[in-house]
Amino acid sequence: MRPRSGFSLLAAGATVVAVAFLLLPVIAIFAAVSPSQMVDALAEQSTGEALWLSLRTTLIAMVIVVTIGTPAAYLLALRRFRGRALVLTAIELPLVMPPAVAGIALLAAFGPRGILGDAVEKTGLELVFQTAGVVVALVFVSSPFFLRQAIAAFVALDPRLLEAARTLGAGPFRSFATVATPTARPGLAAGLALAWGRALGEFGATLLFAGSLQGVTQTAPLAIFSEFSRANGFSSALALSAILILASAALLIGVKLIDGDRAIEVAPE
Amino acid sequence: MNGLAVAVEMPLREFALDLDLKIGAGDRLALAGPSGTGKTSVLRIVAGLLRPRCGRVALGGETWLDTGTGIELAAEKRRCAFVFQDYALFPRLSAWRNVAYGMRGARRERRQRALSLLERFGVAALANAYPASLSGGERQRVALARALAAEPRVLLLDEPLSALDPTSRRDALRELHSILAELRIPILLVTHVFDEAALLADQIAVIDRGRIVQSGAAAEISARPASGFVAEFAGAVVLRGEATKTADGLTVVRLRGGGELRSVDAATGPVAISVFPWEISLQPPGAERDDSMLNRLSGQVDSVTPVGNRVRVAVSVPQPLSAEITARSARAMRLRPGAHVIVAWKATATRLLSIGSCDSR
Repeated sequence: MRPRSGFSLLAAGATVVAVAFLLLPVIAIFAAVSPSQMVDALAEQSTGEALWLSLRTTLIAMVIVVTIGTPAAYLLALRRFRGRALVLTAIELPLVMPPAVAGIALLAAFGPRGILGDAVEKTGLELVFQTAGVVVALVFVSSPFFLRQAIAAFVALDPRLLEAARTLGAGPFRSFATVATPTARPGLAAGLALAWGRALGEFGATLLFAGSLQGVTQTAPLAIFSEFSRANGFSSALALSAILILASAALLIGVKLIDGDRAIEVAPE
Repeated sequence: MNGLAVAVEMPLREFALDLDLKIGAGDRLALAGPSGTGKTSVLRIVAGLLRPRCGRVALGGETWLDTGTGIELAAEKRRCAFVFQDYALFPRLSAWRNVAYGMRGARRERRQRALSLLERFGVAALANAYPASLSGGERQRVALARALAAEPRVLLLDEPLSALDPTSRRDALRELHSILAELRIPILLVTHVFDEAALLADQIAVIDRGRIVQSGAAAEISARPASGFVAEFAGAVVLRGEATKTADGLTVVRLRGGGELRSVDAATGPVAISVFPWEISLQPPGAERDDSMLNRLSGQVDSVTPVGNRVRVAVSVPQPLSAEITARSARAMRLRPGAHVIVAWKATATRLLSIGSCDSR
């Protein structure tokens, strides 16, 4: 073994500090909340409703993000066209946009007095103070996470695989569905995990765009805030937080498992 | 019969691709030349994966591409199978699903047909394996099975053996030879190794910087190279014969058309024999026997071609072979067409390759 240099000790120290700092708050929550408290919290109607709403809205948002995002990412990854760099930057804008700003922006676009407000009203769809509005906010803030990963995964795809599919008679849709998407699946799953994590934690944009109506738009993070704001509500906020951590961890692990354990071949250049 | 006709003109990075090829059904043409001479671009144009600035590709009476009239048939509609250099197997599909990819019909039936193709190529046991777990030789067979499963009208192979290690390359060469010999469609293959081209194809077109510099049968090109470049590239002489083992451990090969050779390589049955022209020495008919040169054949000089400071001497033994000697020796021996000579080389310089019994040439 090489002798320890000053730097490797320093790097080890930095790693310990970083990991401890990131884990400590999580440990603190579970130290403060007993399993029976979590069960009690779950039994409460508002908590159950908030969790169920979070699950439903994020699930619908993810279906929309993946269904529209996958072919869009495929096109953006493979086609070269004028203004492509601009489009790639534009779709990442929500990543750096403060959530509160995202909420305001959504109101300006789809709100009753927004530029598309009349058009939305004509379709009979109600967004503000409605569950559908929550989904819109979630899609807006989470889709860039999926798109980025999906584009990177499709860019890394060996173009010869798609050419091989074509010479075997597969048209554009078939090679996308049967060759490109399965081969890019690890990247797509990673993107889905990131997007879902972001959607589960969504707070600001939802609050401003859809409000915080219990059972309608009050997702788990909003419920935590409302408990926290209540007198003596800290312990129930803690319990709900613990449940949300467990739920997100379960979702992330589940998505990672989509990845499967099949080895994928890295084609030589 | 449906022959393939290709004519292209297209600027590449450092030179222009400018060539004209015709391949009959059941014919095998090797486009041979060093790396970076535009060979793969030709395959891609035929397959429809690359559009040349000017060009025409037609199979029989059907035009696939004509830049003059704007006709362009999509790659997926050409039924033109392409075996890629690194095989490009779909990593998320098992071997049989790879093979079944280009087939039509019900799943069960496609699986049956895929399995029987894999069996024909000796890899039926790997039907459920994924490409990442296959060896180079196994991948090559799966790739070939996949290409043929789609019942292609043209077969294109890009350096079909270059992804293999030297030991499996030899077996793969023999198998590929017998598979290609059975097909009745135009076959265009690309290689940078002259003896591969000589063994797998019946016609070779030597390409250099986008142009065909010489085309013909392997023996013809080797015997009468049109330029120093072709001479350099068309290294090996290829002869054919029937091998039998002898008690002293050497293999004896009876050449087609007469003559007998010895080799240290083991083989029985029909073989291709390859030897480099610079390993062959020429002697006047009355010359004394050199005991270190076990192989001695008498023949007649067909042609004498200067290649730089050397000459290529084509000799019929009666199969054509070529020897490369210095211009000085050629002058001293007064070599000219029609002269009788003895060609000699060592048994250790005689490489044998078993080619199976289905050789139709």
